Amino acid sequence: MKIVVCIKQVPDTEAEVKWDLQKGTLKREDMDAITNPFDEFALEEALLTKEKYDAEIVAISMGPEKAADVLRNALALGVNQVYHISDPALAGSDTLGTSYALAKAIEKIGDADIVLCGKQATDGNTGIVASEIAARLGYSQLSFVGKIVDIDAANKKIKVERSIEGGKEVVEAKLPAVVSVLKGINEPRLPNLMGIRKAAKVQIPVWDTNEINAAKEKVGAEAAAVKVIELTTPPPRAAGEMLAGEVDEVSNLLVEKLLGLKVIK
Amino acid sequence: MSDYKDVWVYVEHKEGAFTPMSYELFGIGRKLAGDLGSNLCALVIGENTDELAKEAGFYGASKVYAVDGAPFKTFRAQAYAKAAAAVMDKYKPDLVLYRSTTQGADLSAACAVALDTGLGSDAIGLEIDGAKAVKMTRAAFGGRYLVGVVNSKTKPQMATVRPKVFAMAERDESKQAEVVKEAVTVAEDDLRTKVLEFMRSEVQVNLVEADIIVSGGRGVGKPEGFKILRDLANTLGAALGASRAAVDSGWIPQEHQVGQTGKTVKPKIYIACGISGAIQHLAGMRTSDCIVAINKDAEAPIFRVASYGIVGDYNQVVPKLIDEFKKKLVR
Repeated sequence: MKIVVCIKQVPDTEAEVKWDLQKGTLKREDMDAITNPFDEFALEEALLTKEKYDAEIVAISMGPEKAADVLRNALALGVNQVYHISDPALAGSDTLGTSYALAKAIEKIGDADIVLCGKQATDGNTGIVASEIAARLGYSQLSFVGKIVDIDAANKKIKVERSIEGGKEVVEAKLPAVVSVLKGINEPRLPNLMGIRKAAKVQIPVWDTNEINAAKEKVGAEAAAVKVIELTTPPPRAAGEMLAGEVDEVSNLLVEKLLGLKVIK
Repeated sequence: MSDYKDVWVYVEHKEGAFTPMSYELFGIGRKLAGDLGSNLCALVIGENTDELAKEAGFYGASKVYAVDGAPFKTFRAQAYAKAAAAVMDKYKPDLVLYRSTTQGADLSAACAVALDTGLGSDAIGLEIDGAKAVKMTRAAFGGRYLVGVVNSKTKPQMATVRPKVFAMAERDESKQAEVVKEAVTVAEDDLRTKVLEFMRSEVQVNLVEADIIVSGGRGVGKPEGFKILRDLANTLGAALGASRAAVDSGWIPQEHQVGQTGKTVKPKIYIACGISGAIQHLAGMRTSDCIVAINKDAEAPIFRVASYGIVGDYNQVVPKLIDEFKKKLVR
């Protein structure tokens, strides 16, 4: 069985956000970056699947030079192979361009049974790319997965639990499938020292658009259909009121104020 | 490009009725159709859609495209996307709106690929921008920024819409829609997924739709602490939320989590108990109408977004609140 994990490097939520206002894109190179928190669950699920069923794991990441860091971390955790999808032509891609490039890379890797992704990335927060990859490749589209129940690689089948509004849905699907996972599906491990040392020596292969057979006119800022035209900060919240006094006093006061909103019935 | 006209809303339904927040989609859809001088149309896919199509008319759709059939009994992205993309390809909507639910996300992404068009997700603002393109506003970086995006390149324009941002449409039984039935055949054998079972959630955690949320964080200190928060929630008819710290400590299941790696909520009242207000938490609740913060630490950042703040121990304050609400709420 072959598993491809898609990992994104995202700016640290705590970091200062740096925009290129001309292009309407982020200056990713200048920001502190981490592995997208949701992708850590995808990576861990790949490792758990490998341990349970025996599998080869290939991790890919699309991004500028320093995105190689997240692949090095994946190597330290024990994935078999990594490819860094990087090309100036890819910068500024929208979800359509991103899913196109990733799908092309997955095709190039070949014979994937399962593509694992995080539910969304914490920077763009679109949550679209995994489903778009599935649609592009014609793979089963399994999103919001909170549990992989069973994989039957011989019969090319997978059974998962999806968390949807109001409950959980058990779905059986044909492989190959793109599985995007939720937080809480597992507890991501940390790399150990030996893994880190080993990973440090690996030369990470870089694939550009030619390498993945991606048409340049379908990716990057130029091709993007959805363009950022405006960037603002939300209006600050109106100044609040601190309620001071004894517990009884402040509690009564708060109850009065909240009942006054006529929301509580 | 001029072939593309009308604003479409894709409406979700369950057990023969629209899901509650579909009405917001009719609301914003109707407004945009008015501003664009075009019609509001609804797309309904399912098994036995006649009543739903009629109902869509009551909520302002002048035309309803309906795809009916056994393969559409439960939502499956592949089958629904085949149907939706076929109908869109034939009738060429200018703009298609979906809810940002699991279903809306799955379907819109598959349709975006099928029609090779751009998709904006989780819109919190939608308005006409200049040359009849629709400007969509999204929150980025935990709501620290608002990003306005436009797709002036491909049609249809598509967006998923965040719940509780737009006003619901009024129901008017005097209105009638023209129903266009489209036959789309999907062979069961070609479908890659099969829904085996649906397990209704035992704990009804519907944070996204809740008007009131009582939420607890690290300051709750122990799993039992959530018992009194639950009591307050029950007293108020509220949903129970939690910060990541509380979830990661194992005090409460993950489906209660509000914030960057949890749910984004927008209740009318959000009561944060023992929550310090890390950026990641604020990302999920800062647009709540009224925020109440109860925290021992007067310096906690949560107080900066609070409408009402109480510096104190939730263990003392919350029981008092429960007593007082119980006295004053006559049911």
